[in-house]
Amino acid sequence: MPASIIARNARILLPMLSFVAILLAVFWLQPRAMSYVGLNLLLNLALPIAFATIAQMFVITVNDLDLSLGAYVGFVACVAATWLAEQPLLGMAALAGGVLVYAAVGALIHLRNLPSIVVTLGMSFVWLGLAILVLPTPGGKAPDWLRALMTWKTPLVPFTIYALLALAVVVHLGLMRSAQGAVLRGVGGNPRSVERAGWSLLKAKMIMFAFAGLFGMFSGLSLVGLTTSGDANIALRYTLLSIAGVILGGGEFTGGRISPIGAVIGAMTLTLAGSFLSFLRLDPDWQIGAQGAILILVLALRVIINRAEARGL
Amino acid sequence: MTALRHLLRKPWIGAYAGALAIWLATVAFTEGQGGGGVLTAALSFATFSVLVAIGQMYVITLGPGNVDLSIPATMTLAGAVSMKVMDGNNAMIVPGLAIALGCGAGVGVFNYGLIRLLRIPPIIATLSSSFLFLSAAISYSRGLRIKPPPLLADFTTWIVWGVPVLAVAGMVLTFVMSVILHRTIFGRTVTAIGQNARAARLAGLPVDRVRFATYVMCGMFAGLTGYLVSGFSGGAALNMGAEYLLASIAVVVIGGTSVAGGFANLPGLWGAAMLLFLLVTMLNTYGFGAGIRMVLTGVIIIAVIAVASGRRPSG
Repeated sequence: MPASIIARNARILLPMLSFVAILLAVFWLQPRAMSYVGLNLLLNLALPIAFATIAQMFVITVNDLDLSLGAYVGFVACVAATWLAEQPLLGMAALAGGVLVYAAVGALIHLRNLPSIVVTLGMSFVWLGLAILVLPTPGGKAPDWLRALMTWKTPLVPFTIYALLALAVVVHLGLMRSAQGAVLRGVGGNPRSVERAGWSLLKAKMIMFAFAGLFGMFSGLSLVGLTTSGDANIALRYTLLSIAGVILGGGEFTGGRISPIGAVIGAMTLTLAGSFLSFLRLDPDWQIGAQGAILILVLALRVIINRAEARGL
Repeated sequence: MTALRHLLRKPWIGAYAGALAIWLATVAFTEGQGGGGVLTAALSFATFSVLVAIGQMYVITLGPGNVDLSIPATMTLAGAVSMKVMDGNNAMIVPGLAIALGCGAGVGVFNYGLIRLLRIPPIIATLSSSFLFLSAAISYSRGLRIKPPPLLADFTTWIVWGVPVLAVAGMVLTFVMSVILHRTIFGRTVTAIGQNARAARLAGLPVDRVRFATYVMCGMFAGLTGYLVSGFSGGAALNMGAEYLLASIAVVVIGGTSVAGGFANLPGLWGAAMLLFLLVTMLNTYGFGAGIRMVLTGVIIIAVIAVASGRRPSG
């Protein structure tokens, strides 16, 4: 039995091991990180990244890719730091509008059979432009309730860890364990058979893109709660981080093969990798390069494990 | 009539029509002022977009999932290294070019190594490698801004009767690459792989070798462009490749190449590159602020693609 359990969970095992390895490495380099405050500092930026990663995962599930996610998260951050704090109704309407636009983009991609890479690259201009219109220069102020939530002192471990756990469990149950989730993943696996069975591909794409918009919104809100002010360029790197997080977490670009728990762990691993590299006192010139190297390393490990698996086990 | 209908069915006609419409809208606004100057500038900048887009187009034609996201980092690396090697010395122009091409080829070899040996999807492989190459460029050229050799700077900015010489050279190169795509075994193999990789393999085509060559070629085009842009703009800069990521992909798709692979189109690249540059110029001429300009750029790109791609089955 144990062998079959390992086989069934192989997709999640490697992300977990990578995370534990990098966490131990961080503790070894900086033992003071092993505390409530240390963990909070290490992981609090993991929450917005994890939300963005889950958002990206929804899009990847249906075989598309969202290259506008970082700009969108920045847009949400700008709205949250201005309108949401001053005129909550207008702010909420703008955020809801963002989710609707995401659904519309999904519909456009499906109806016109367009490449998602290009449409979302175009959308990244739109979101960045809107963010600049809302908040021309960095600044603004996060709503108090958002700040209070993100700096909430929870018992035992920091709020971020509870939130990450809840995020992983909720999305896992919704997408991996429910009947609707299976259909939505099927759209990535075999769209034709899903359509023949009577489900609407259009509706499925719109739902998945709307979810991406929703979780991207959570990402922007949690980010503003942490940084307390907004900036149109605040999250541009989230586009790449989120894609890397999904892949690190065991997801694949095609076929609806994804893992929400893995994606959350992948986002945490990427966040820790940043701290790990700064603890190493690596030459700042090579910080970005080292992130690329870590990504390549984990993917290489995955290939080796997959091959060993294919050979027997 | 049939000739006209034949022309209208060309996949690149939309890009040229769009570029023309945008140019007319700009010139109408300025009441004819500077219409020629805008075209000259557009040709200059379009050349760079087209050069990176040729490599990207070959890669995209290999089929779904194939795309090179390391182009900006490659351009920066090739530009920085070649500028440092040439050190403003006219005699080093040719070795500098060779080194820029060599950097690009090296990036291509590394990328394909990741794709083939580690079986990493091209998007992630080229993305991760671009981090490494960007770091290499930062570390190599830290704080330096070396001027290009005067001869190279003069050549890249040389304009005869309102036509940039570089653009003419670029058009010749485009023509050559078009012949390679349609008339050589290599080009036909690229297209065949994009249409059905499995069938191409079963037919005995050297799929791996051709994919390898395509990625290396794409890297070399990026290296060449990095070299030329550095000459054109008075030196290499770390962010000089940034705008070419969107440009390379958008130009390919707007120009009528199928993003699903197996169907490439070279003449469209020029129309699409002109369209993108003229679009930015038009929005500048109308005096919009930065925010509105970006929103309109995004919306218009999406609209053009939605209209242009709808005509043929792709996906």
